[in-house]
Amino acid sequence: MKTTNLLIAGFGGQGVLFAGKFLAYKGLLEGKQLSWLPSYGPEMRGGTANCSVIISDEPVGSPIVSNPDVLMVMNLPSLDKYEDATVAGGKIFVDSTLIERKVERTDVDAYYIPATRLAKEAGFPTLANMIMVGKLIKETGMVSFDGIREALSKVVSAKHADLLEINLKAIETGYNYAE
Amino acid sequence: MANKVLMKGNEAIAEAAILAGCRHYFGYPITPQTEIAAYMAKRMPKIGGVFLQAESEVSAINMVYGVAGAGFRVMTSSSSPGISLKAEGISYIAGSDLPALIVNVQRGGPGLGGIQPSQSDYFQATRGGGHGDYHLLVYAPASVQEMADLTVLGFEKADEYRMPAMILADGTMGQMMEPVELPSGESKTFEKPWALSGTKCERPHNVVNSLYLKPEKLEEVNFARYERYRKIEETETMYESYLMEDAEYCVVAFGIAARVAKNAVIAARAKGIRVGMIRPITLWPFPKAPLAEAAKTVKAFLSVELSMGQMIEDVELATRSQKPVLLCNRAGGMIPTPEEVLGAIENMTKGV
Repeated sequence: MKTTNLLIAGFGGQGVLFAGKFLAYKGLLEGKQLSWLPSYGPEMRGGTANCSVIISDEPVGSPIVSNPDVLMVMNLPSLDKYEDATVAGGKIFVDSTLIERKVERTDVDAYYIPATRLAKEAGFPTLANMIMVGKLIKETGMVSFDGIREALSKVVSAKHADLLEINLKAIETGYNYAE
Repeated sequence: MANKVLMKGNEAIAEAAILAGCRHYFGYPITPQTEIAAYMAKRMPKIGGVFLQAESEVSAINMVYGVAGAGFRVMTSSSSPGISLKAEGISYIAGSDLPALIVNVQRGGPGLGGIQPSQSDYFQATRGGGHGDYHLLVYAPASVQEMADLTVLGFEKADEYRMPAMILADGTMGQMMEPVELPSGESKTFEKPWALSGTKCERPHNVVNSLYLKPEKLEEVNFARYERYRKIEETETMYESYLMEDAEYCVVAFGIAARVAKNAVIAARAKGIRVGMIRPITLWPFPKAPLAEAAKTVKAFLSVELSMGQMIEDVELATRSQKPVLLCNRAGGMIPTPEEVLGAIENMTKGV
C-alpha cells in the first residue's frame, strides 16, 4: 500500500490551494483514493495558506497532514514551520527564489527550484506553483506525468482554455528542471 | 471512478439536497458553511428553485417553517452561533410536526467562538436545541460521500416521520474535498395530506400549529410524538463497527474525530493492541445497543471528541457505566492528531 501525505504551504495568492486541487484531480483520474483539505481563515488574500493532500491506494483516514512525507513550501515562514514536522526520509520542495535558506534537516531529500524566477522568465509569473508541482511529480511519482492535460482541464474552467496551455507549460518546466 | 467527482463537503450537501428535490433554501452566511449558500445561490434560480438570503437566521428558520408547512422539501444551513439563533424556530417546527433539513457545519464555541472545526454542539443537536420535549434526527457524516448520502436520507426520514432532521458536520467536513458519487436523484417521497396546500374547497382546512392551550391535549400530543421517537430509535439507528470482533478496547467517535481515530486504531493494532471503533452515524437516535453489547466484552471505552466531552455522557448512559469511559478531546477549533489518540489508547490499556 502506497500513501503520500503532502503538505503545500505558502502565502495566500500563490496558488497553493490550486496546486493541491490539481494533484487531487490527477489522483482521482488515476483511480486513487484521496482527500484535499485547505486551511481556512477569515482573510480573503495575504496571510498564510496551506493544504493537505493525501493520495493513497487505500481509503484515506484522517485528512489532516501534520507530518508530511512530501512538503512543498513557497515562503520562508512555511519552511520554518513545517521542516521539523516532515517525516524522516521525506522530500522537501523549496521555491529557492523566495526562500534563501537551505533545508537544515539531513534526513530528508531537499529540492531547490527557483520557481518564481523561472515563472517570470517564461512569461507566466503567477504560475510558480505549477512549476513546483512539475518538479514534485518528477521526484515523488505520487501521481503520473501522463494525462496532466486531462487533470488540468478539470481545474481550469473551459472559459479559460488559454490558461490551460500555460499551466501545462509551467508543469513541464518544473518537470524538466535540473538543479 | 468514472462517476466520481471532487467536491467540497459543503457543495456535496447542496447538490445532494437539490437531487433530493429540495427547491427552497433560506439562509444567512457564516463561516465555515458559506459554500452551501453560495452553491444554492448559483443553482436554485436555474432550476426554478428559491434561494433567499434572509436578513437574519431567525428569519431564515421561520421561512423554512412556512415552506415546510406548505409541504415542500426545504432546508437551511448555518454554523454554531447561527444554529443557536435558529433554535426557537426549530422547536416550533418540531412542535408542529413538520419535516425540514437543518445543516450545522460546526465551529468552535461558546459565543462567537472561532471559525475552526468543532463538535461542541453535540448536546444542542441531540437534545433538540430549543425549548420543549423534542428530538431531531441527527446525522453525523464522516466523509464527503456521507455528506451527500445523509442529506438525501435526512430529507426522506424527515418526511417519513414528520420531524426536522439535522446534518451535524464540522468545518473540516465542510471544507475538505473527496471523490463523491452523487446520489441518483430518485429520492423517496411521501404523501403530505397534512400540508397547507390549498383546500380548493374540497376538504377541510389543515392546521399547522404548535400551540395547545389545554394541557391535557398538549400532553397527549407529546406522548404521541415520543411514541414515534421510540419507533425511530428501534429502526433508524445507524453506526459503523470497525475491528470490534475481537476488541478488548473500544473507541467511540463520530465525524472528523472518527477519521482521526481510525488512523490511531490502525496504528494501535500494529502495536498489538486489540482495539476497535464504534462510529455513530446517527447521534440521535444514538447507537445504544451496540455499545451496550460491547460493554459486555471490552475492558474500557475511549470517547474521542472535538469538545470538552459531550458524547461521552451518551456512551456512559448506553453502557450503564459498566466499564470505564475515558475521554480524548481537543476543543476550540483544535483537532487531535492520530498520535494523540494513539497515546490515549495506550494509556487506556495501562490504566485499566
